[in-house]
Amino acid sequence: MRKPQPLQFYSEPLPGVDTSDLQGKLIVIEGPDAVGRSTQIAQLRQWLEQEGHAVLDTGMARSALAGKGIKMAKEGNTLGPITMTLFYTTDFADRLENEIMPALRAGFVVLIDRYIFSIMARAIARGEDRRWIEQVAGFALAPHAVFYLRTDVEHLVSRVVLGRGAFDYWESGMDLRFGPDMYESFVRYQTRLIKALDSMVERYDFTLIDASQPIDRIFRELQRQIRRLQLLRVRPRRRLAHKAQA
Amino acid sequence: MSLFVPNRYRGKLIVVEGIDGSGKSTQISLLSHWLRSQGYAVAFSEWNSSPLVRQATRRGKKKEMFTPTTFSLIHATDFADRMESYILPLVKSGAIVCADRYAYTAFARDVARGVGRRWVRNLYRFAIHPNLSFYFRVPLDVALGRILGGRDALKYYEAGMDLGLARDVEESFRIFRAAFSTNTKPWRKRWGFTSSTPPCRSKSSNGACATSS
Repeated sequence: MRKPQPLQFYSEPLPGVDTSDLQGKLIVIEGPDAVGRSTQIAQLRQWLEQEGHAVLDTGMARSALAGKGIKMAKEGNTLGPITMTLFYTTDFADRLENEIMPALRAGFVVLIDRYIFSIMARAIARGEDRRWIEQVAGFALAPHAVFYLRTDVEHLVSRVVLGRGAFDYWESGMDLRFGPDMYESFVRYQTRLIKALDSMVERYDFTLIDASQPIDRIFRELQRQIRRLQLLRVRPRRRLAHKAQA
Repeated sequence: MSLFVPNRYRGKLIVVEGIDGSGKSTQISLLSHWLRSQGYAVAFSEWNSSPLVRQATRRGKKKEMFTPTTFSLIHATDFADRMESYILPLVKSGAIVCADRYAYTAFARDVARGVGRRWVRNLYRFAIHPNLSFYFRVPLDVALGRILGGRDALKYYEAGMDLGLARDVEESFRIFRAAFSTNTKPWRKRWGFTSSTPPCRSKSSNGACATSS
């Protein structure tokens, strides 16, 4: 697959959407469950805003269209793997068109907690066809950077047990019963998820971040990497001036 | 690559397709009653009826939140839920499943809304291949007459009003459905529908055609 420029569609242009006026920065944090993504995003947002950037942060199942539906479907435990994949893709598409792209047009830094890669990894971990989901999710915009917070399953287990004290049904892949109990199912399912994410590193230009480090060190590394992206400051759009002259 | 997954199970899948007002729902309902009276186990699945997804679709339609892509994806999600939790287990168990509309509806509708042809077809690749597909052909005026006779007004998305084809709802319906027919035409044969119009027309007034595959 050819690698598209940032803010170009991977393989499938969205109907009626012009990407030429997108000017913000799109930054994705990826990684398995309980790896510490949201902690980092909260800190990054604060830092970027102090630096004078307008920031939008968004994550899975937060769309106006499908967010509620996904939460309700997960409560019922009757969500099939293909249905789940497509429900999350609908949620992503709604956020892409109605939140992410408008923010990029306005020059925002958009921080995304999990992109299409988690949707794809979950589908692949559940045995769905890789090419099918890659093509389905092909309308996503290529981000400026994808930071993959990577660690091993043992570390995730200790984080879950120390942090939350219990295993989550879906994070343990219990819908497909990967193991006889929550712990074993968690280990097997998360191992598959990590393997699926690992397989995307080169293809989708992930930047690897060692997530077994202390929180501060991960944060400093993310800061260093993000500085290299040379983020634009918020300022009036030049395009408006052109239009006014015409 | 084949369009769908072949049906290797004991049960059968029968599909009716056609525009709104073509009479397909009436016929599939009569057909399933007849099959049931013959002693078959018959199940029925209607387009856009998944209890898991329904609320999201309803919200989206009510607030007119859909873009061509999210409209396409939410219907595929609905279809996937019915496929995974209803149609597939029943076909596996040996039942005859009658489906009012199938993936073909999405192929025609979504492409008429500007979504990529190959993308939509890949989206539905997990569907099982129907054993029998009926395509109900009907002149637009007849369809429109039936719809307007049955209820007061055309619905927003049914008439393709989201595309801004025309300000008048009836006019929009005509343009949108004409685009719809154009989109299905080259594919009907490949999908296993017959396109031999004259013999079909002489057989029935609403012009249903059938093939088995």
